Amino acid sequence: MSEKSSIKNFLIKRWSLVFLLILLAFFSIFGTGFSSIANIQDIFLAATTTMLLGIGQTFVIITGGIDLSVGFTMGLSSVIMATLVRDLTANGVLPVFSILLGIGLSMVVGIATGLVNGYLVAFLKVPAFIATLGMYGVAYGLALIRSGGFPVGNLPAIVGSLGNRYLFYILPGEFFSLLHMPEGVEPTQLRNVMRILPLVVIVVLIIAGLFIIILSKTQFGKHTYAIGGDEDVARRAGVKVKSHLMKIYVISSLFAAMGGISYTFRFGSGNAQAGAAQMLMAIATVVIGGASLYGGTGDIQGTIVGALIIGTLQIGMVFLGVQPFYQFIVIGLIIIFGVLLDQLSQRKYLEIT
Amino acid sequence: MDDKAIIATKELTKRFGGLTAVDAVDLDIQEGKITAIVGGNGAGKSTFIKMISGVYQPTSGQVFYDGKPLPVGDPLAVRNLGIETIYQDLSLIELLDVPDNIFLGREKYRKMMGFRILDKEFMLQESRRIMDELKIRIPSLSLSTGSLSGGQRQAVSIGRAIYWNAKVIIMDEPTAALGIQEKSKVKELILDLKSQGVTIIVISHEMSDVFEICDNIVVFFQGQCVGNKEKEKTTIDEIAKLIITGQGLN
Ligand SMILES: Nc1ncnc2c1ncn2[C@@H]1O[C@H](COP(=O)(O)OP(=O)(O)OP(=O)(O)O)[C@@H](O)[C@H]1O
Ligand SMILES: [Mg+2]
Repeated sequence: MSEKSSIKNFLIKRWSLVFLLILLAFFSIFGTGFSSIANIQDIFLAATTTMLLGIGQTFVIITGGIDLSVGFTMGLSSVIMATLVRDLTANGVLPVFSILLGIGLSMVVGIATGLVNGYLVAFLKVPAFIATLGMYGVAYGLALIRSGGFPVGNLPAIVGSLGNRYLFYILPGEFFSLLHMPEGVEPTQLRNVMRILPLVVIVVLIIAGLFIIILSKTQFGKHTYAIGGDEDVARRAGVKVKSHLMKIYVISSLFAAMGGISYTFRFGSGNAQAGAAQMLMAIATVVIGGASLYGGTGDIQGTIVGALIIGTLQIGMVFLGVQPFYQFIVIGLIIIFGVLLDQLSQRKYLEIT
Repeated sequence: MDDKAIIATKELTKRFGGLTAVDAVDLDIQEGKITAIVGGNGAGKSTFIKMISGVYQPTSGQVFYDGKPLPVGDPLAVRNLGIETIYQDLSLIELLDVPDNIFLGREKYRKMMGFRILDKEFMLQESRRIMDELKIRIPSLSLSTGSLSGGQRQAVSIGRAIYWNAKVIIMDEPTAALGIQEKSKVKELILDLKSQGVTIIVISHEMSDVFEICDNIVVFFQGQCVGNKEKEKTTIDEIAKLIITGQGLN
């Protein structure tokens, strides 16, 4: 392969990385104060939810499916967690335990949603589009019923405080503190304290790293690609296609639940609408990341870049004084662009063979 | 004949809707022999072997392996018993590379911090070894198999079947896409496998090849098994008549 064509292949596969760099450069030039450590962290924070849901969605899309239910599964999980934490705490249970139980129940709800999706797709052969659209409605309805249609507040303050904590708090020459703001910092100094590495981002990146290994280096990952490449051939080779697909949809819903949990921590409340915009975002990150909706290709690294593009757009537009509503238009257009590019490379692939 | 039947089918039948693709076939496959299955297009040969390999669930009837019922509709269980199949459509995942395809479903891994991490280096080297043995040149094993030529893909499919030291290898038109030279290599390979005690079932339309290497010749006609002959006791003319009319010479 000539050097030129390998660069071209890299650009077709990783155009999103180039696009991210261009976006960053653009906002640094035109948005005063955009390029700061605090701001880079804000981009990561803005990207976390989308990143979580996108990672789950990556597995589904590689198998050739799609999971439309993730946004409202996320909302349901946040409502389930918030209501349980609120009620347990009100009944005198220690916040630590109520939080742990809340996380646990929220994950159980995620697993249940995924099992239903997976069963419909793998065993009853319902098209993924329809099965998960059904669960989209069911999850939303359940979340509305459980929350009464209102945000679920009145959680112990520790929830929101944990969700917005950083690993380091540093005031040069004054202090260096781990995991909390030292007592008695002057209000005038408060805004000069550097907050480094948000806990939420650290947790999400660790989870992302783990799943990059699972997808790229294990048998489970290989079978995921194989099913997306050709389900029937995978079955002939001995891949347990049905149970594998069940696991894939459970993974996707679990990531949606994690999105709901992280939402509850960050905002200190639960909300049926928490993930309303996330279906678009999660699918967008995966497609931007280079996965094909035909199945068989894509990776989590690409999805992370996709999520960072969305985070950068959200934060960058604030700096340019553009209404954040425009982000949806831009993201919608990028999805279409990504799919067009994929079709182009599919066509090229066919020409080669 | 006191030869042992390693695979035996009893009234094996497959219907697709109203169409009976395989019709109550009773057949014994002798251990250590090369058995050819011949017949016109659509005679039911591929459907028959797919019921053995576990791709299709039979509509009725049974398959015995070594005297015991063979699991039905479970390709992995069949492979694990030592029966490998080369399918007519080659059954490769075109987006995956050669080692991925050869090891699909039986990946080799090593333990790393509790994780089972794929041993890509091992799988690459073993794939190279097996493809070298076949003497069919493939520019790079890490190309997606979709970008290989038809013959190269067929070679990968053959390589995958012989890699696992199977006791029985089923081949559905294994040389259809191969050049003359490669065809004769595969014939050599089949004889070589036989000398190692492997039982071979081969579907083929090439009468000269069939008569050159096979021990037994089974004829399918419209879903039925209309003949099962020892090569020494039949002629090309008789087989041809069976294939075309379903009737023997009188
Ligand atoms: N999955 C299927 N669904 C419906 N009909 C099928 C299916 N597979 C095979 N058939 C039908 O069953 C009959 C037997 O097909 P089969 O593939 O077994 O023939 P064959 O002997 O292998 O032919 P060839 O020499 O052309 O490969 C054909 O009429 C075919 O149309
Ligand atoms: Mg056939």
